[in-house]
Amino acid sequence: MRNLRWSRPTIVLAVLVALALVSIVCFMTLGARGSWSFIIPFRGRKLIGLILVAYSVAISTVLFQTVTNNRILTPSIMGFDALYILLQTSIVFFLGPQMLALINPYAQFGIEVALMIAFSWLLFQWLFLREGRSLHLLVLVGIVFGIFFRSLSNFMQRFLDPNAFQVLQDSFFASFSSIDPTLLGVASLLVGLVSLLLWRMGHSFDVLSLGRETAINLGVDYKRTVVIILASVAVLVSVSTALVGPITFFGLLVASLAHGLIGNSKHRYILPAAVLLGIIALVGGQTLFERLFAFDTALSIIVEFLGGFVFIILILRGAAR
Amino acid sequence: MIITSGLKKYYGDTAVVDDVTVELPACGITSIIGPNGAGKSTMLSMVSRLLGMDAGSVTVDGLDVSKTPSDVLARRLSILRQDNHMTARLTVQDLVAFGRYPHSKGRLTIEDKEHIDRSIAYLNLDEFRNRFLDELSGGQRQRAFVAMVLCQDTDYVLLDEPLNNLDMKHAMGMMKLMRRACRELGKTVVLVLHDINFASWYSDYIIAMKNGKVVRHGDKNAIINPEALKEIYEMDINVHEIGGHRVSLFYD
Amino acid sequence: MRLLIVGIVLTIILAIISLFIGVSDVSLATLLSSSPQDRPMQVLVMSRIPRTLAILLAGSSLAIAGLVMQIIVRNRFVEPSTAGTTESATLGFLVVTLLAPGWPLMAKMLVSAVFALGGTALFLRILRFVPLREVLLVPLVGIMLGGVIGAITSFFAYRFNLLPSLLAWNMGDFSSVLRGRYELLWFGLAGTIMAYIAADRFTVAGMGQDFTTNLGLNYKRVMTLGLIIVSIVSAVVLVSVGSIPFLGLIVPNVVSLMVGDNMRRTVPWVAVLGATFVLLCDIVGRLIRFPYEIPISVVVGVVGSALFLYLLLRKRHNA
Repeated sequence: MRNLRWSRPTIVLAVLVALALVSIVCFMTLGARGSWSFIIPFRGRKLIGLILVAYSVAISTVLFQTVTNNRILTPSIMGFDALYILLQTSIVFFLGPQMLALINPYAQFGIEVALMIAFSWLLFQWLFLREGRSLHLLVLVGIVFGIFFRSLSNFMQRFLDPNAFQVLQDSFFASFSSIDPTLLGVASLLVGLVSLLLWRMGHSFDVLSLGRETAINLGVDYKRTVVIILASVAVLVSVSTALVGPITFFGLLVASLAHGLIGNSKHRYILPAAVLLGIIALVGGQTLFERLFAFDTALSIIVEFLGGFVFIILILRGAAR
Repeated sequence: MIITSGLKKYYGDTAVVDDVTVELPACGITSIIGPNGAGKSTMLSMVSRLLGMDAGSVTVDGLDVSKTPSDVLARRLSILRQDNHMTARLTVQDLVAFGRYPHSKGRLTIEDKEHIDRSIAYLNLDEFRNRFLDELSGGQRQRAFVAMVLCQDTDYVLLDEPLNNLDMKHAMGMMKLMRRACRELGKTVVLVLHDINFASWYSDYIIAMKNGKVVRHGDKNAIINPEALKEIYEMDINVHEIGGHRVSLFYD
Repeated sequence: MRLLIVGIVLTIILAIISLFIGVSDVSLATLLSSSPQDRPMQVLVMSRIPRTLAILLAGSSLAIAGLVMQIIVRNRFVEPSTAGTTESATLGFLVVTLLAPGWPLMAKMLVSAVFALGGTALFLRILRFVPLREVLLVPLVGIMLGGVIGAITSFFAYRFNLLPSLLAWNMGDFSSVLRGRYELLWFGLAGTIMAYIAADRFTVAGMGQDFTTNLGLNYKRVMTLGLIIVSIVSAVVLVSVGSIPFLGLIVPNVVSLMVGDNMRRTVPWVAVLGATFVLLCDIVGRLIRFPYEIPISVVVGVVGSALFLYLLLRKRHNA
């Protein structure tokens, strides 16, 4: 028997759990003044928001990479969060603020998520289910799609009245310090449902990472599995974008780090590792910037900087091979 | 027995596989030969449901491949394509263990582990079993994939150009292994081959394709003769008999 | 040649139309019926003519910068905004605004151009690790490099509370062009003329170092000249009107589809089409929500990225 208990992935996961816990404790306690009965619910809501975002981004990125069989593309690099913002803008644009005021925010979020699932499936089908497309073409097309979606939402936003414009304009920039609390409940519910669904098909993830043909050979119902995973990815991207806004490289960063640290490709290690890394980066990073350096939106800028760097290295290394 | 009837596949306007109706006998080695672009790999992909068909049907022991659930088929028939790129970082043992997935959905039983050990031993991969695939040579990786397919323990094993990347010694080893698997384990092996001498030496039955159609099929001696080979490859090929086997010479 | 003349006439017509679009009433009738000191004439001279000139200059020179870049990098899909050039120019402008806010615009522009040159040189340096045949990798690396440089810029802008100004610079917009605030763009014309004079050299340099040396040309010198033209044009346009994405990518590619790749022939085409394209986008931006304006970079962003996608997904891209 191999000694599984202290293999490398187990040690890595244990260390990550410890670090994540330390970040969470620091986030909740550092610099706390005033009564705990105020601080705990106030910071607790933020904490739940950050954890939801870390979880959604990590899971959606790892699974997207498994389905598309590469380590460079992520949902946000493919323009999925820009797509979400475009859908959000289109709803405001076509319904108008008067109509919008009549719908409650949950229903609006529900419509956005449903549209997101439909459109991301179309995009995926159009781009991936054709043969002979190189990875580089896909990445480039994805990035340009992202730019296109962003420009188009920007264009539509120019037609709105200044108030609505301001609200939407904010949605272009990720901010980890101002998480919309109204959506926390419905977001948790959605993430919980998606997780349950994914948990039940968890055994097929490793098989999928062998590639389409091998997966079919091993009896995976490929199309059905991919549809379910992509729909889940769309939901998770909607959740994280709705909560904090678009963050292009965060997923790439945690997924690459998780693969590097764990050293093999088993999802039962990679998925928790990516989630924990996400929590450490967001909760720990936010604590660091908010409490120690006292500037708050800088975290998203740093994530983009590091992520872009990792991306260039990954792609050059891939090309050198 | 695998039966295809009226099998067709188009890319644009050109038919890559054009109305193929053929029976692949159970037990023994069947080789599919033919010039480049004859539609051999496309046909194998359709037989193994990797590729949808535009018309026609395929049945494996009476199961229609386009209607039977994928996991049921995965316990009857296995397929290995020529290039298996993957991003996952796996050891040889991990990869071979995936062969048991159709049977146990990822929870390995003691019986599964025996299958894994046997397949690894069968392909002489014991010393590599804990090495990562990206640390192996092309030939070793190829053998690891074949071990996975054997570990899947299906009656039908379909291999698309399994001798690519292999040197003469390993190519011969691979073919001997297939012959052994047929004789000892009663498997049916279907191969796409480019080297007609390998086909002639090791297979029992040969299907020859050209321009998307099956031009000849039958016992190997019905195909390995100058007249049939001329029709298939449009070149003069001398056939000599050495030790009871037919060998083709086509060097000018 | 005759087609080109048609193109030029079309551009002139569009330019004249562009002169008469705006909130204040400027038309032939009002111009003729009022004296030079009156409002219509003043608006025309102070705002409308400078704006139209700025559009023509920025459009043609950015398109040319894209063309030069594509030839020296030997890749269809590069232009200042897919090679880190624009972002480096922005970083330079931010740095000089922080350190020497009192300098004249000309000096700021030069600093910005130096940064653009540095950023583009860095891009070319990274490209040495990219195999030449990996056509699509080149713009990919460029866009990402631009992203990384952009993140550095945002960070400093954030630290020094300049984020709103940074957003304003990045948003290409002709609405604030007035007499006295666009003249730097004439450097763009100089760049275009230089590109035309040196066209043959660029064409040769585009065939590679060995080939160029074989013909007795100094490869390094041609490359440097190209980089200087690209950097100055990018900096000038950025400082005067802001960034206009994808322009330098789309126009040369469309021209290449129309008349081929001989640079002697393509330079005038690219210049004319670049100007026309920006004129059209600007007119659309001004009319679509009259009396409000939609900035040029938003219009070009939509049209440009859509056209870029088309170029990428065309069935056979022989890039």
